[in-house]
Amino acid sequence: MNIRALAWSTTAVALVSGPLAAQTEIEFWHAFTGRLGELVAEQVETFNSSQSDYVVNAAHKGNYSETLNAGIAAFRAGEQPDVLMVFEVGTATMMSAAGATKPVYQLMEDAGAEFDPDAFIGAVKGYYTTTDGEMLSMPFNSSTPVLWVNRDALEEAGIDADTDLSTWNKVDTVLDQLAEAGHDCPLTTAWQSWIHLENLSAYHNVPFASQENGFAGLDTELMIDGEVQTKHVAQMGEWAEEGKFVYAGRRNEGGANFRAGECALFTESSAGYAGIKSEAEFDFDVRPLPYWEGVEGAPQNTIIGGASLWVMAGQSDEEYEGVAAFLNFLSSPEIQAKWHQDTGYLPITSAAGDLTREQGFYEENPGTDVAVKQMTTNEPTSNSKGLRLGSFDQIRGIIDEELEAVWAGDKSAEEALSSATERGNQLLRRFEQANR
Amino acid sequence: MEKRVKFKGILLPLLLVLPQLLVTAVFFFYPAGQAIWQSLFIPDPFGLSMRYVGLGNFEFLLSDPYYRASFVTTAVFSLLVTLVSMGVALYLAVLADRLIKGSGTYRTLLIWPYAVAPAVAGVLWLFMFNTRVGVVTWYLGLLGYDWNHVLNESEAMGLVVIASAWGRISYNFLFFLAGLQAIPRSVIEAAAIDGAHFWTRFRTIVFPLLSPTTFFLLVVNIVYAFFETFGVIHTITSGGPQQATTTLVYKVFADGFVGQDLGSSAAQSVILLVVVGALTIVQFKFIERRVHY
Repeated sequence: MNIRALAWSTTAVALVSGPLAAQTEIEFWHAFTGRLGELVAEQVETFNSSQSDYVVNAAHKGNYSETLNAGIAAFRAGEQPDVLMVFEVGTATMMSAAGATKPVYQLMEDAGAEFDPDAFIGAVKGYYTTTDGEMLSMPFNSSTPVLWVNRDALEEAGIDADTDLSTWNKVDTVLDQLAEAGHDCPLTTAWQSWIHLENLSAYHNVPFASQENGFAGLDTELMIDGEVQTKHVAQMGEWAEEGKFVYAGRRNEGGANFRAGECALFTESSAGYAGIKSEAEFDFDVRPLPYWEGVEGAPQNTIIGGASLWVMAGQSDEEYEGVAAFLNFLSSPEIQAKWHQDTGYLPITSAAGDLTREQGFYEENPGTDVAVKQMTTNEPTSNSKGLRLGSFDQIRGIIDEELEAVWAGDKSAEEALSSATERGNQLLRRFEQANR
Repeated sequence: MEKRVKFKGILLPLLLVLPQLLVTAVFFFYPAGQAIWQSLFIPDPFGLSMRYVGLGNFEFLLSDPYYRASFVTTAVFSLLVTLVSMGVALYLAVLADRLIKGSGTYRTLLIWPYAVAPAVAGVLWLFMFNTRVGVVTWYLGLLGYDWNHVLNESEAMGLVVIASAWGRISYNFLFFLAGLQAIPRSVIEAAAIDGAHFWTRFRTIVFPLLSPTTFFLLVVNIVYAFFETFGVIHTITSGGPQQATTTLVYKVFADGFVGQDLGSSAAQSVILLVVVGALTIVQFKFIERRVHY
């Protein structure tokens, strides 16, 4: 066959198959199972049926760490998906891999799609935006820690269930009362590093790490052995010794105890809402995360946990246009409002929050707006914008180990936090070396 | 007297061992070579750049007291898993060997746990010892013992050892039982007629005759405790509390897959390779001498 014939036949094939092959496929890898997995599948289905140009194929790739690993391995093999869900802890890893990702602001620019980063609420936007204001990944599911209260447990101990729990000082008194009444699990927690160090620091407007918590450079060092953190961890250690704080594990193992009605107070993500609502056979309350009285600047705002969507490099322009449409669809007020109401994750845009309020959701479900208020009352500072640290998953592991030493009574808060700082800094230096 | 086949020339013998050589090359020499090569670099996770650091990764590791501590953890863990799984298996095998009625059922039940995947075994044990709802924890509580492997380091170690050894007992049991049944009855009966009690017979006749099996199991179990217990540790303790159950292999996973620190992870694999190599040489050089085939 000569060139001309080949060209003709190709054109003919293209003409014939054109309308059929017009649907561009978009690969989307996420980390959700169970109810969350179903909700994501529903979102994808809604997007696919809302237009005919693109088809999104969603695939579950394991938990957060496994999904990130799958994405990295796929990139190394040249088989990366278009969109990869990465938890907030992996943000620094993704940001440093400039050649592997396509920043969201650029994606939107290239695709000519409408995109306003200011539509996102400050604390969400800040986490995924460079110091120059360029948004690198698309916020997706974001939550923040709050205090969950078992009202029945308080009443059984002879405590007014509406008692003020806004500060740790007041919580201390209530824990005393619970212990005196013979309650054997007054307080438990999930995600200790995230809640009792990362959020504690932001909430009291003190740095977690130098260089604006890592936003301003890779030469960042942990600063978790400061006064506020040491005081808080020492207090928690005392509570642990006296049996007022019961440590259940590094992740959200404490959730099972709280939902079973065994623990009175529980610090956990606002996204614990769905599970607690469906399982708890007692009256419960959502309260803002407590802070310490007398610390200047407290309460500032808490920071987020959860994941964002990264667009991977090396795909075709058509696919990128589809990705832009898909991401804009996901962050549209209707989709976000529904997501927020179904899961307890934050409404990531102000519009989604407003829509939820208009729909009367907060009135029907009191307490569901606590997290939103806690995040949005104050404009985030450089201490409360978020964290951007390399090897952060491992650093959290180190913090877990050191905190366990405090809860077990093996180390003092000062010893544990200074050791965590030193060990974490070594990992930060290695990350700096790998990404210079 | 040894039997040996003598080949003429080199081509045929080479051809005969070629499949084995190929398998070793593809599944051992190639990955091991890659690990050694990678251990000299600090790469970024996506493979976009690599920084040559010479022996920097090894220096970083060996200067870390927590890494050095995980050698001790690994040694304690492997020793305990091997002792528990072999000891219990031998005890059960000796009992099963004496059984006449119902030995089939007894054996089947004992072999069963081997079919349970390590991660599932981990979850099973975790449920039983759950600090708040575990059934064993509850019974221990009745006895006045407050079980809390989430914070107590020795309890955590105990739990991962039991969970790791449990499935392994079946495997060892099978080999011990086969070994016991291969011992000629006449030898034991002769000793019995001479007035040797059970324990004397076991010590002087059965155990020495069982030594090839024991040695084989020793090697296999130590390798198991080193490399295959990862699933159990991951599901039960994730290496905690503090670093009480972080074995060398678990650390390779934590640094490589959780931390994306591939350089350090590769260096750890190389160190592990050397350790296991040395261990195997020691076993074959010193312990095998006491084995009677």
